[in-house]
Amino acid sequence: MSFINYASREINCKIVYYGPGLCGKTTNLQFIYDKTANDAKGKMISLATETERTLFFDFLPLALGEIRGFKTRFHLYTVPGQVFYDASRKLILKGVDGVVFVADSQEERFDANIESLENLRDNLEEQGFDLDKIPFVIQFNKRDLPNATPVEELSKLLNERSVPELEACATTGEGVFETLKAIAKLVLTDLKKGG
Amino acid sequence: MLGPQSSLVMYDEEFQRISQLLEKLLRESNSKVIFLVDKNGQLIAASGETANLDTTSLASLTAGNIAATGGLAKLIGEKEFSILFHEGEKDNIHISIVGGRVILVVIFDQRSSLGLVRLRVKKASNDLATVFEDLARRSQEQSSSSSSSSPFAEITDDDIDNLFN
Repeated sequence: MSFINYASREINCKIVYYGPGLCGKTTNLQFIYDKTANDAKGKMISLATETERTLFFDFLPLALGEIRGFKTRFHLYTVPGQVFYDASRKLILKGVDGVVFVADSQEERFDANIESLENLRDNLEEQGFDLDKIPFVIQFNKRDLPNATPVEELSKLLNERSVPELEACATTGEGVFETLKAIAKLVLTDLKKGG
Repeated sequence: MLGPQSSLVMYDEEFQRISQLLEKLLRESNSKVIFLVDKNGQLIAASGETANLDTTSLASLTAGNIAATGGLAKLIGEKEFSILFHEGEKDNIHISIVGGRVILVVIFDQRSSLGLVRLRVKKASNDLATVFEDLARRSQEQSSSSSSSSPFAEITDDDIDNLFN
């Protein structure tokens, strides 16, 4: 969970990007990294295979600015999306403050989205979190592709809780910062409630 | 001890005590860098030659490392592996778990030795664990007293929006 440091006047929060393999989690982080000023970001770490598939996680530390004299820092993580990396995925969820579910809008990935969302629910539960209570947003990625499922349909199936949902195209960056902002807002609001 | 769900809160007094303990360990173990990381990957404190080190990345990778080895431990029926040691050509890393929640990382070279580091870490771990117990108690007292003491209770939506402008 969040780490509040009164000595250095900092709040640290952990956000995890979750979703099926090749849905664009790493691309989201890469875009944020590319478009953020040097003084606001740390090094982006990608533990990936030789074919650029995430093996363990990507990590990107961001400094967003100050709230009431406290520096807010967000640590963004992605999980490996491929089904067989489940053991690693569970570990990344430790101490998470907010989750972004990146859904792949392509028709043929419909089932993969549902499977990944169910997997998220199970893995969160194992770490003592409830997907229905934790700060959570959904990003419908790859909206630019011709075989994209209509948003209404995706929303009906993936967004039962009616959390904020955003359309995106992570390769061009459309919707990427909007997603980050949406989850950051929920996390900070949760902190305010003393969560 | 702090539960997995509670936020970690650090106060000035405990931070000073922790920093002093790390300084002492650095001296007594003849090591280069020492840092303390939350199991979730947040850097808590660092001491020594940290100027040229990316401590944020180190913290996150250390926590990932501990999490992965913890996963391995469970698979073979162990609770956890409380000590990890990585040996390099020049520098070595000694990683240990303190009080079940925080990770103590010691980086050292040939000026020290694994034996010395292990010995000093053992003593320092007990002292650090005491500080974290005090910290946990204090956090609990603070949270059970009036919630208005939290500086975040009064955050407005505007404050949050301003972060993104």
